[in-house]
Amino acid sequence: MAKFIGKPVDRVDGRLKVTGQAKYAAEYTHKNMAYAFPVLSKIASGEVAAIDAAEAEKAPGVLTVLTHKNALRLQPIDVDQSIKTGSLLGELLLPLQDTKIFYANQYIACIVAETYEQARYAALLVKVKYKETKPAIDLEKEPKVDSTSPRAKQVIVGTPVEAFNSAPVKIEQVYKVATENHHPMEPHSLIAAWEGEKLTVYNATQGVHSSRHLLAQTFNVPKENVRVIASFIGGAFGTKAMFWATEPLAGMAARVTKRPVKIVLTRPMMQHCTGNRGATRQSVYLGATRDGKLVSRRHITETCVARLDDRRTEYLELAGGNTSSTYACPNIEITHKVALLNVNSPTPMRAPGEAPGLFALESAMDELAFELKIDPVQLRLINYGEANPINKLPYSSKHLKECYEQGAAKFGWSLRKSEPRQTRDGEWLVGYGMATALYPGYRSPSAARVRVNSDGTVSVQTAAHDLGTGTYTIVAQTAAEFLGVPVNKIKVALADTDLPQSTLAGGSRTAATVIPNIQAACEALRKKLFELATKNNSSVFSGKNIADVELRDGGLFLKSDTNKGETFETILKAAKIDSVEECVTVNPEGQKSNEPCFVSEIPAEQNADTKKWDFHSFGAQFVEVGVNEQIGIVRVRRVLSYHDCGRIMNKKTARSQAFGGVIFGIGMALTEESHYDPRSARFVTRNLADYHVPVNADVPEIEVYFTNQPDYKNNPLGARGVGEIVATGVAPAIANAIFNATGKRIREAPITPDKFL
Amino acid sequence: MRPFKYTEGKDETSAVRAVVVNRESKFLAGGTNLIDLMKEYVERPNELVDVSQLPLAQIKNTSNGISIGALAKNGATANHPLVRQNYPLLSMAILAGASGQLRNMATNGGNLMQRTRCQYFYDIAMPCNKREPGTGCGALEGINRIHAIFGWSDKCVATYPGDMANALYALDAVVRVKGANGQERTIPIQDFHRLPGNEPQKDNNLEHGELIIGIDLPKNNFANKSYYLKVRDRASYAFALVSVAAALETDGSNIRQARVVLGSVAHKPWRSGEAEKALVGKPATDATFNAAAEAALKEAKPLAHNGYKVELGKRAIVLALQRAMNGGAE
Repeated sequence: MAKFIGKPVDRVDGRLKVTGQAKYAAEYTHKNMAYAFPVLSKIASGEVAAIDAAEAEKAPGVLTVLTHKNALRLQPIDVDQSIKTGSLLGELLLPLQDTKIFYANQYIACIVAETYEQARYAALLVKVKYKETKPAIDLEKEPKVDSTSPRAKQVIVGTPVEAFNSAPVKIEQVYKVATENHHPMEPHSLIAAWEGEKLTVYNATQGVHSSRHLLAQTFNVPKENVRVIASFIGGAFGTKAMFWATEPLAGMAARVTKRPVKIVLTRPMMQHCTGNRGATRQSVYLGATRDGKLVSRRHITETCVARLDDRRTEYLELAGGNTSSTYACPNIEITHKVALLNVNSPTPMRAPGEAPGLFALESAMDELAFELKIDPVQLRLINYGEANPINKLPYSSKHLKECYEQGAAKFGWSLRKSEPRQTRDGEWLVGYGMATALYPGYRSPSAARVRVNSDGTVSVQTAAHDLGTGTYTIVAQTAAEFLGVPVNKIKVALADTDLPQSTLAGGSRTAATVIPNIQAACEALRKKLFELATKNNSSVFSGKNIADVELRDGGLFLKSDTNKGETFETILKAAKIDSVEECVTVNPEGQKSNEPCFVSEIPAEQNADTKKWDFHSFGAQFVEVGVNEQIGIVRVRRVLSYHDCGRIMNKKTARSQAFGGVIFGIGMALTEESHYDPRSARFVTRNLADYHVPVNADVPEIEVYFTNQPDYKNNPLGARGVGEIVATGVAPAIANAIFNATGKRIREAPITPDKFL
Repeated sequence: MRPFKYTEGKDETSAVRAVVVNRESKFLAGGTNLIDLMKEYVERPNELVDVSQLPLAQIKNTSNGISIGALAKNGATANHPLVRQNYPLLSMAILAGASGQLRNMATNGGNLMQRTRCQYFYDIAMPCNKREPGTGCGALEGINRIHAIFGWSDKCVATYPGDMANALYALDAVVRVKGANGQERTIPIQDFHRLPGNEPQKDNNLEHGELIIGIDLPKNNFANKSYYLKVRDRASYAFALVSVAAALETDGSNIRQARVVLGSVAHKPWRSGEAEKALVGKPATDATFNAAAEAALKEAKPLAHNGYKVELGKRAIVLALQRAMNGGAE
C-alpha cells in the first residue's frame, strides 16, 4: 500500500499556477461585464444623514449609483436557519439596506460603471453627510460583558481559584496580542452574473456552499438557482470563510444593471471590510507544585465583538478555548469577556483562539519553568496529559512526547543555557525558546463523485477547496492510490456548488474530511466496475467475487493472478458506456450531510466519534533568536517544527504548509499589528507598507518534522489537518527565546523594537 | 484616481514649461510613489509630464567629486562603482530602502520628492493639513508612533520617510534644478526639504515646475568610516522607525570631521550639528559617541506614542558611529 499517499508528489496544479493558467475569481471575464466599486463610510458609528450622488451619476461610464435610497431590498439573513444548516455567518449586515453605520469604511453606496477605473473615480464624487456618534473602539476602556456565544461558555473544572491561591508556586501575568489582519495575496473578489432568476458567482471564498446558501437567502431564490465557483484561491487564512457584505453587493449590482458585475477589493478594504483577529488581553494564572505539576490554570480573556453582530452568533477570539487541552490539570477556569466595539466583525484567522491563546499560556509556562528552575521541555513532560482535562475524553492519537523529545534532540536543545544572557555572538545575544503547538482534529461530512472514463482517465469531483494548500494534489494522490492509476491521469475538480457538497475550508478539516470520502468513493467504484465486468460475461472474473479483485494499472485485476484482468476501457466498451461513476457521501459519527449521494458507512471506531475520543493534533516549536538589545532588533535564526498531525498525505505540501505556518507565527511574534485611530475608529494601518507581514529577510531556515502516525480513530486513513497547528506555538517560542537571550520578558505581541526600550 | 492628461516630456525645457503653465500638473519619473498616491486620491494632478526618457541618468566624475543624474535609478546609483568606492554611505542608505524592484524603477530625483508615510496623509477620510490645508492634523493626537520628534508644528507631525536623502545630507550634496525661466540653480541639500511650520503642504523649497536634473557630491574623506543604520519593524521593506547616517574622518585617534544625520524623526532629514560638535576634535571612543548621542536628542519633543524614538535615536547614533569606526562592519 501507499504507492502515492504520503509521497512528496508535486502539486498537480503547480504548472497551471506558475504559468498563469490557474484562473482566480477576478480573472474570469464575461461579455458586457461591468465593474462595481463601493463607497465607504468615513465614520464608524452613526448614520448617513444625506447622500448626494448626482455628480457621481454624471461621471463618465457610470451605469448606476446604489445607495440606501435605491438599493434592492434584500431578505435579512435568518440566523436560526443558518445556525441549523451550519452556514458560517459573517457580518449580518446586508449592504445599503438602511442608513445605520457600525464600523468605519462600511459600504454606504456603490458605483457600477463600464470600467474599474471609472467606478473607482466616481466613488470619490459621492458626497455624504453623516450624523456621527462617538464610536466605541478602546478594548481596554470599554466595559466588558460575558460573551453570549455558546462557544464561549465559561468552563470551571474543580476549584481553580482556591487551588491557585494555595499553590506553592504561582505565575500571574497579563499577555496581549494585537489586532491582526489576514491579508492573503488575493483580495476578496467576485463576479456575479444573473440569468433570469439564476445567479452564478465566481467568488474567492473558502465555502462555496455556505456562500450559495446565504446568497440564495438574501436574494430570496431557491438555493439551486445559485452557483458559486472558487476553483483557485490565492490564500485565505479565514477571511474568506465568512459571508461579507461584498457578496450581496455584487449580486445586487449585477441584478440592478442586468450586467455581469466584477468587484475586487483594494488593500485598505481588505483591512477594514473583511474581518480581523480581534486583539486579546489575557490574564493567565498558573499554580504549580514545587516539582512542576500544575494544580490550577485560569485563563481569562478579554477581547472584542462587533456591535452590529447578532449576539447569538457573535464571533470572538477564543483564546482560552482549545488551549485548555494543552496540559493535564485538575482545576481549570476558562473565561471570555467581550467589549462591543465599532469594528468590522472579528473573524477566524489561522488558528483562531489557539494562536494568541498559546502565546499567553506558553509564555506563562516558560515563566513557570524559569521560576521552578525546571527545563521548559521537562515541565511540559511533567504535565503531559493523555486525556482532555475538561471533557476527560482520551485523545484519539497523541504522540506529542516524540515531538518534544525528538524535536529537542534534533534542535540541540541540550545546549541551551537555563540562565538568560549567557550566549553572545558579536552584537547579538542568542537564546533558545520552545512552546507547545496544538489544534483540534476536526472532520465534517463530505460527498464526492469519482468517474472512470473509457480513455483511462479519472475525474474526481467534490466541492472542497484548495486555498493554495494542496487539496487538489492530495485528492489526486488518494484517487490514484485506490483506483490504481497514475496521478497524471486524474482530473480533480473542486469548489463548485455544482459538485457534490463537501466541507468549508476552515478548521484544518479538509484533509480528514475529503480523503476518507475519496477512498470510499473509489471503493464503491471498484464494486461497480466488478459488477459491470461480470454482468457483461467477462470470462476473466467468472466464479470470482469482489474480494478477489483489485484496481491497478488502469484496470480491474485478479489479486491471485497479476496478469489476469481487464482494463477500464475494455470493461466500459463491453458495457457500451463511456464512463462509470459513483457519488458517495461519508458522515462522521453524529453528523449528517445534506448531500443525497449514496452513503458509505465507515465503521464507528474509525469514524471520528467525538463522544468517545478527543481529537487534537499536537506539536512542538523550537526557536533560536538573536537580539540586538541596543536597538531592539530580533532576528529569528532558526526554527524547528515537529508536529503530530496523523498521517501526512503529502510530505511536500505538508512541509510547505509548515513553512507558511512558522512565517505566520513570526508575524504574530514580531511584526503584525493593526492600529485603530482612537477617535475615528479607522485603522491607520491600511496597506502592506503599514501592516508588516514578515518578508524573506525575516524568515530563517525552518526544519519540519512530522510524527506521521495515522489517527485511525479519526478516519480509515488516519489523516488530520496540518494548516493551522503549524502556525501555533511559534510566537511564544520566539518570546521565550528572547527571554532566554536577554532576560527581558515581553508579554505583548508583536515584539517590535520600541518594546525593548 | 482622477482622470489626467499624459504628456511626454521631449526635453528639459519643454517639460518644465508644460508643468509651469499648469498648476495642477506634475512631473512623472519612476512613479513609484506618485502613482500610488494618485490611486489613493491623495495626489490629484490633472496632467502628468513624463520626464523619464530625458537624458539625465548619468553618473560621472567631476572636478570636485561626482555628479549623479536625477533620472539615474536608485538601484543603478547604489551599485555604481564611483558611488560604492567613494560614497559607500549613499550606497548603504539606498540599499536600506524599498525593494530591488522598486529601486530599479525609482529615480534619484523622485526619491528626494517622496512624500511622508504618515497614515493620516494617506487616508483621505482623515484630517491632514499636508493633504488638505486647514483640515487639521490627525496624527498630532492620534496614533503617532512613526511621527516626528523634532521640528514639528501643531499643523503637522509627519516625517520625511526616505533613506537616500539622509546620506545626501551627510555628504553635503547639492541639488541642481532647472526652473521656469530655463535657468539652472543649485540648492544645498540642507535647504532642499523644509519643516512643516504653517505650510505642511510644502515638503520642500522647489518652485512649481522646477525640475531636479542632478545631484552633486563633493569629495570627502568619509569613505572608509561611514555607516547607515536603519531601525525598522521588520528586516527589510519597511520604513525606518529611526535611521542614522554617520560619517567620520579621523586624524590618528581623534575625530577631524563628523556627520550625524537622523532619519524619520522630522519633516526633513535631521542633521545634528550638536552631535557633530560633540564629536569633532574628540577621541573616537564610546564615551564621545554617547555624548554626541545625548547632544543630538537633547532637544527632542516626542509625542504620545513615539517617546521610544528618543532613546532609540541615541542608541542608534552610538551604534552607527561604532560601526562607522569599524569600517562599516558590525
